[in-house]
Amino acid sequence: MYRYDEFDRDFVKARVSQFREQVERRVSGELSEDNFKPIRLQNGVYLQLHAYMLRVAVPYGTLNSAQMRMLAHIARKYDRGYGHLTTRQNIQFNWPKLADIPNILEDLASVEMHAIQTSGNCIRNVTADHLAGAAADEVADPRPYAEILRQWSTVHPEFLHLPRKFKIAVIASPNDRAAMQFHDIGLEVRKNDAGELGLRVFVGGGLGRTPMVAKEIRDFLPEKDLLSYCEAILRVYNLSGRRDNKYKARIKILVHETGLEELKEQVEAEFQRIKDGVLQLPRESVGAIEAYFAPPPFEALPATGEILAGAVSQNAAFNRWTRQNVHAHRQDGYASLTIALKGTGEAPGDVTADQMDVIADLAERYSFDELRFSHEQNAILPHVKQDDLPAIYDVLVEHALAAPNAGLITDMIACPGLDYCALATARSIPVAQSISKRFANMDRQEQIGALKLKISGCINACGHHHAGHIGILGLDKRGEETYQVTLGGSGDEQAAVGEIVGRGFAADEITDAVETIVTVYLEERQSKDETFIETYRRVGAAPFKIGLYPAQEAA
Amino acid sequence: MSTLFKDRRPVEDEWVMVDGEQPIPTGVKVIVPLARYLEDPEAIKGPVGVLVEAGESLDGLRGHGGGLDLIALDFPSYADGRAFSKVRLLYEEWGFEGDIRAVGDVRIDQVLFMERCGFTSLLVSHQPTVDSLTAGHDPGIGHFYQPAAGAEVAASVPNRPWLRHRAG
Repeated sequence: MYRYDEFDRDFVKARVSQFREQVERRVSGELSEDNFKPIRLQNGVYLQLHAYMLRVAVPYGTLNSAQMRMLAHIARKYDRGYGHLTTRQNIQFNWPKLADIPNILEDLASVEMHAIQTSGNCIRNVTADHLAGAAADEVADPRPYAEILRQWSTVHPEFLHLPRKFKIAVIASPNDRAAMQFHDIGLEVRKNDAGELGLRVFVGGGLGRTPMVAKEIRDFLPEKDLLSYCEAILRVYNLSGRRDNKYKARIKILVHETGLEELKEQVEAEFQRIKDGVLQLPRESVGAIEAYFAPPPFEALPATGEILAGAVSQNAAFNRWTRQNVHAHRQDGYASLTIALKGTGEAPGDVTADQMDVIADLAERYSFDELRFSHEQNAILPHVKQDDLPAIYDVLVEHALAAPNAGLITDMIACPGLDYCALATARSIPVAQSISKRFANMDRQEQIGALKLKISGCINACGHHHAGHIGILGLDKRGEETYQVTLGGSGDEQAAVGEIVGRGFAADEITDAVETIVTVYLEERQSKDETFIETYRRVGAAPFKIGLYPAQEAA
Repeated sequence: MSTLFKDRRPVEDEWVMVDGEQPIPTGVKVIVPLARYLEDPEAIKGPVGVLVEAGESLDGLRGHGGGLDLIALDFPSYADGRAFSKVRLLYEEWGFEGDIRAVGDVRIDQVLFMERCGFTSLLVSHQPTVDSLTAGHDPGIGHFYQPAAGAEVAASVPNRPWLRHRAG
């Protein structure tokens, strides 16, 4: 993984001192809250319902055990003993005091971490496939490109006061595990017929109150043009994106209102002007960054581990966990595994300080000191020996980290909702907990199979409900929490925005509604191999509407 | 009350801002609104500058740059960053050689960004910013992760020309 050199270290240290001084100016009154706000946001500090919140950047979700232990330390010392993984592969702390934040940033800097640009109207933390460097289906590791973009976008003087936030994701596989097409810029690393690396470029995706799937603007951009093309897109957006209404300020609206062809012409014109300039990426430069992401020293092992095979046959619970949470690895004898932070009745993505330490220990001992956060709010050990899986599993069980539900209905995304967030209109976590308890039976979950359920507590859609096979949106209807259901959304390579199925449900009805949707699916599917989303795409919303609103549909 | 800064030093402002209706004073350097200038670019004799509001495009000025000694770009608020892209276009695409001045809500926390994007003077009304600049105080960080405008590009690190370098 990327390691800081002297330049990065000096920069992050300077940034901590700078923010300490800015906090002092805020406290003294020289800086008004209005002027402090963009500064604190670009340092990851939000003002929530009850307290400040600090969002720590985890570039493309990759971190090491020392970093994870520091996060545990921060949770213990400055917060209430836990942290919350976010859908941008970051981690946030919900209870720090403003006066402590410069000290937290100093602690983070000691392990090469920071909170820069995790918020605000700037280029945010760049995300990537959480199985990068491990997945068998990728054409290259996407993280070197994400790291190059991270560096280029860090305190980019021109792009710190954009119309709105700007999110970039990079994948390198035809199977999209990073919801790439719901980003302002989505990049897919691919090879052309000559075998050269380049990028397929998408623009204008996003969730929020106007969800849109990104549109392809370039089918193959040579690698050397990555930064100049992105800079051209950002410049056009900074000049022309709407600033009169923050809900219409994302680039998706500019793409929609301008039209893709017209916008593409503007971007191309700017790109042609700057592409042979200083932003051109020489292959050796990309290679220098790639070296940081070189594969770890894997051992030559048989394709399937013997110890693993033995444990699978002897232990049904372990067998179930491997079926759901263990993923094929590009290297024989290795696997990636999901540590699902979605135990029955838990708040999705919450992880305690003690659990962070356990995960750090496992990463250090079994996964070449590397772990990942996924946008689905889970932790990942990317490179473990198959034969170590039984030992890892035992540790996970001991620390309540062995939920065998990765990819199943209770592996939900949920935003913090009205329990924490000042923007929320309804609670998310209690809904997630209720659904989690209702579907706690693992046999039943496996019978239902792959299903992505996502919950947001307001129309800003931090819980990605538009991209859920089943999406739940919490609203406030005349003082009552009401939950609107969407079906058919998807964040994968067949990205789609879910469709609203009908009137919303009260808090005490929504779990039953999910149950009904699942029942209809089980009745409609042609075989147990037809997943929920495949069935939905085949039969449409009609049978689900009949199930959910029988009286109305019969009338 | 505003103070003009050039190269971080307070200097006398020789330019007079004239709004859309006022008669043009003679014998002084005047800055007029973009629309007024475009009505009749030849009307003003002597040194002339234009003020471009945040919502105004530079496109109308194309071809007129040669006749201008100054272009002022407005920051209506701290959050409105359009002028950061405009100054880069003026500096890099147009090769504008006159003074490019930041006016409006100019704050100490943005001064370095303005300079990096190509502004050559700053008209500052925010008193703490005037005080900081006068005192030679700058909270900006001299580690740059990307080339922006002008001399910076040449100063970049040899092994990553597209990328990072220290100030100066």
